[in-house]
Amino acid sequence: MFLSETGQFSTRYADDRRVFRLRQARLGIVALLAFAYLAVPLWASDYWLSAILIPFLVLSLAGLGLNLLTGYAGQLSLGTAAFMAVGAFAAYNFQLRVEGLPFLASFLLGGLVAAAAGVVFGLPSLRIKGFYLIVSTLAAQFLVEWALTKFGWFSNFNPSGVITAPPLSVLGVDLSSPAGRYLLTLAVVTVLFVVAVRIVRSDLGRSWMAVRDMDTAAAVIGIPVARTKLLAFAIGAFYCGVAGSLWAFAYLGTVEPHGFDLNRSFQVLFIVIIGGLGSILGNFLGAAFIVLLPLLLSNLGGSLLSGVIAPGDTENLQKILFGVLIILFLIREPEGLASLWRGLRARARVWPLRD
Amino acid sequence: MTASRFSPRRLAAAFSLGLALASGAAFAANEQYFPLQSYRVGPYAAGGTGFFGGFIDYMQLINARDGGVNGVKLTWSECETEYVVEKGVECYERLKKGLNGAPAAATNPLSVGIAYATLERSTADKIPLITINHGRTDSTDGSVFPYVFPLQLNPYSEVSAIVNYIGQQAGGLDKLKGKKIVTLYHGSPYGKETIPILDILAKKYGFSVTHIEVPHPGTEQQSQWLNIRRIKPEWVILRGWGVMNPVALKTAAKTGFPADHVIGNIWSNSEDDAAPAGDAAKGFISITTHPAGTDFPVLKDIDKQVVKAGKGNLQDPKRFGNVYYNLGVVNGILNVEAVRIAQAKFGKRPLSGEEVRWGFEHLNIDNKRLQELGAVGLVQNLKLSCADHEGGGAVRFQQWDGTRWKVISDWVQADRALLRPIIEKSAAAYAKEKGITPRNCAKES
Repeated sequence: MFLSETGQFSTRYADDRRVFRLRQARLGIVALLAFAYLAVPLWASDYWLSAILIPFLVLSLAGLGLNLLTGYAGQLSLGTAAFMAVGAFAAYNFQLRVEGLPFLASFLLGGLVAAAAGVVFGLPSLRIKGFYLIVSTLAAQFLVEWALTKFGWFSNFNPSGVITAPPLSVLGVDLSSPAGRYLLTLAVVTVLFVVAVRIVRSDLGRSWMAVRDMDTAAAVIGIPVARTKLLAFAIGAFYCGVAGSLWAFAYLGTVEPHGFDLNRSFQVLFIVIIGGLGSILGNFLGAAFIVLLPLLLSNLGGSLLSGVIAPGDTENLQKILFGVLIILFLIREPEGLASLWRGLRARARVWPLRD
Repeated sequence: MTASRFSPRRLAAAFSLGLALASGAAFAANEQYFPLQSYRVGPYAAGGTGFFGGFIDYMQLINARDGGVNGVKLTWSECETEYVVEKGVECYERLKKGLNGAPAAATNPLSVGIAYATLERSTADKIPLITINHGRTDSTDGSVFPYVFPLQLNPYSEVSAIVNYIGQQAGGLDKLKGKKIVTLYHGSPYGKETIPILDILAKKYGFSVTHIEVPHPGTEQQSQWLNIRRIKPEWVILRGWGVMNPVALKTAAKTGFPADHVIGNIWSNSEDDAAPAGDAAKGFISITTHPAGTDFPVLKDIDKQVVKAGKGNLQDPKRFGNVYYNLGVVNGILNVEAVRIAQAKFGKRPLSGEEVRWGFEHLNIDNKRLQELGAVGLVQNLKLSCADHEGGGAVRFQQWDGTRWKVISDWVQADRALLRPIIEKSAAAYAKEKGITPRNCAKES
């Protein structure tokens, strides 16, 4: 009833190719954006903004980067955190060494350096596939972490190897408050998501999917496989790089190379798998699952179980519960939360009738 | 498609219920709150459970024996960080508002990484950040870091004291010339903090120093110790943490390096570091600011009023009085003393973080006060000021005899006069980078 498409006709091809074909969906997205841009910064507490929403958005973006690479182009990668680290440290160094460089420009440059790193570590993908490719991207993970630790230049010779973010301001507006950092993150994430939606619906996106589904067939129909794969690495790594900059500058305000270790790569991989491979929305859903659920469990555990069970045990219980939930979700919906969402939407379209 | 088991409405309801429960109802109370960013799981659980166990038990003692600090009860809640930076930040944000109206006095994350990440937040929120025996060295300069307190011993003092001890053993600091020292450090901000100061000391005294990193968590150190065997140093300074320490001692034994020429730093000095290595740890030397033991009157009080009453925080009662636990007690004493001193100025009521900060800055623990606290020998004399947020800078050396630690030296003082200009320079650079105008400490009361 609410999602009924009755009476909405496509009279032009452009109408038919829209991202959101339903009027309700378009209204929904506008309402959501208005809520995120206007209501949230006004009403959300510091805790929500700087401990929940910012990491949620940043990890969604990193998830998107990996999803473009793995979900759309089919190239498995465990180098996500390495690309994030390259982005963060490159942005930091641009900001440090280029006098008067605008803040957002250093994010962009950081992303481009990460893209270059992505291409380099993507080269093996021209010869190897699947699990073997994972191993070669794993090398990126270790090499980058090692190089950032080994060479003090990257962290401006800080004794403990920790970089601290310069003051955040864009066009003279100070963004260092929690709401400011949230809005900065939200703006960057919105822009990059819009771009990603366009990319996956373009020629390039379709080439990616063709390569993913069968690269021999793709080559036969004339898709330049090598270029397509490397572009996937470059663009995926760019997204991760920008996410890394946001993580370092807008979220933590400080970062060390070990903040981007293999666990972070796994975390992003889980976001993509749980959210749904080959889905844009899935990155948000997956990040929500991976970021918010443990926080919810920990908040619940802290308030409900405190005094009943020793704090260390509550912590272990949460881990068990979280693991069980992941398994349950994957059994119920192996294609991820995005597919769950599609199912719900399909039912809502005919509601109150049954399909 | 059928996918109705997880209805979004039900999820949303569960979620909002959880958050409503978490935020809790606010009502004013005559209580002072300590947010505890603790860690009880993960590779550093031994340190976390011991330290926070001691801290909590001391607060329980204050509540049970004295009815709080001048009638203001102490309260606390825990949030698990697993020593992970972003979890620590999340916990900081979750707890900083206080609990049921009781204002937060100070945060004690016991992790350099988390301390770095919450340093600016703490300053903006006006909540003191206590990094006892660790932390960012230049935060000793309170004129630039008003809210950060590396109490007792900052990392530079720690290294300086170790070098002074090695000099003593060699028969004078001038005998250090030509000696070889290796530091084996934990691959984290904490581990790397002392690299520059060791280089400076090496230049000054003419010894050579090699820094070797052990990646977190440090369960595999074969290649590092083979490297050490190749270098053949006189001393190895072990700058470890958690599981890295026993592994280091075991690997040292395996590669034939004598344990009595390994000096553990302040986070490699507990029973939990030495005992798991078994015989390999016999002879291992480490520094300490706070000996293990249960004979101090304050520990006897805790035993009587808290542990015997069945409220002790430790799951394993055998750990009572060990190094981590006693550090927690020391930390409790210093935090509570700061509250007490601040109350003397601002009134006997729950205080804001800003007021407690004043208390920390005016900490003055002399022998008379130590006597009253029942902590003679457990805590060193400590006097803080606006310019000096460390206050102590002395350590004692202890040796592991296979079952317990034996103190083998008197207090060895760090060369703080040598360190001070380096600290001030680093703090000034930070102030410039961040656009902070340092306080004028001559004008502070």
